[in-house]
Amino acid sequence: MAFDSFWVYLAASPLWWLTLTILTYLAAQKVFLKSGSPALLNPVAVSIVALIALLELSRTSYEAYFAGAQFLHFLLGPATVALAVPLFRQMARLRAIWFPVTVSLAVGVLTGAFSAVGIGYALGLDRTTLLSLAPKSVTTPVAMGISEVLGGIPAMTAAFVVFTGITGAVIGLRVLKAAGVTDESAVGTAMGVTAHGVGTARAFEVHPVSGAFAGLAMALAAFLTALMLPPLFEWMGWC
Amino acid sequence: MLNGMALLLFCQLCGEALVRLSGWPVPGPVIGMLLLFLWLRYRGRSSHDLDLTADGLLKYLALLFVPAGVGVMVYFDALGGIWLKLGVTLLASAVITLVVTGWTMQWLLRRRQREHHDGI
Repeated sequence: MAFDSFWVYLAASPLWWLTLTILTYLAAQKVFLKSGSPALLNPVAVSIVALIALLELSRTSYEAYFAGAQFLHFLLGPATVALAVPLFRQMARLRAIWFPVTVSLAVGVLTGAFSAVGIGYALGLDRTTLLSLAPKSVTTPVAMGISEVLGGIPAMTAAFVVFTGITGAVIGLRVLKAAGVTDESAVGTAMGVTAHGVGTARAFEVHPVSGAFAGLAMALAAFLTALMLPPLFEWMGWC
Repeated sequence: MLNGMALLLFCQLCGEALVRLSGWPVPGPVIGMLLLFLWLRYRGRSSHDLDLTADGLLKYLALLFVPAGVGVMVYFDALGGIWLKLGVTLLASAVITLVVTGWTMQWLLRRRQREHHDGI
């Protein structure tokens, strides 16, 4: 009886799911590092799967969960602003090859969005899903914001972003090698523009130059996508 | 760290305000990022406090995705019937984006190198 009332108190308190989210992530990260960082055990993916399982088992609604987890979610805003800091640090390198980087990023951003919408459309996905798919290659806070502006569903976009990030990290280097892309800065740019933060982390593991360019690509792609996609989609009459 | 956090939030607030006032369809934090970048360019250097806050937040950027990612459970029923199509779309799009971006960048870099060799 005492436990029952304690559980009722806990389940209703934001503290419970906030703490559990952080603990789950820390555990997932530990397992990831201990097992030699296999891409398939990506801590974000493992945490999401584990937490969904816990919510389903305890019959907790997402609203109840989010009442606690929103405090982490809120930090995505300031974290997006904080991306200006690593970008500023890479200023010298960026200035040296800004033209190839900018063109490649614009090409990458448009390819990412239009290939997803095009393939999804060919496979018969509905309009809201297509609009939610469009920003899937940029980092979550920005992707969710763009999805909302386009008329997609931000939570669905978040899932696509996480899936894309993990996919890019798992297959990215092999695909680029097979395609004959050997230049470290080109490898990094492709990883960052395709698979945002998860791809950037993977790029850092193979080469510091690839990692630096992936970080740069991730930040600039987020910005370019936010600038280009909504006006472009509006102009094309898609949203 | 408080100075750094205040600066980040202030930039985000200005970004949100600019987006609301202009009706420009861009997320507020992205404009905040641009404002902070411009401020850093103007000032010429970052501060220790801002570095500490930004690095701290970005170190755990992945954790911040988790609450939104868990939100996919709400769409289980809606996505259940189309998960295969979505998987194919996302995988194919990732491969295409990787290859097209990688090729473009490598081609531009090599062209630039050749031009330098030719003395242009």
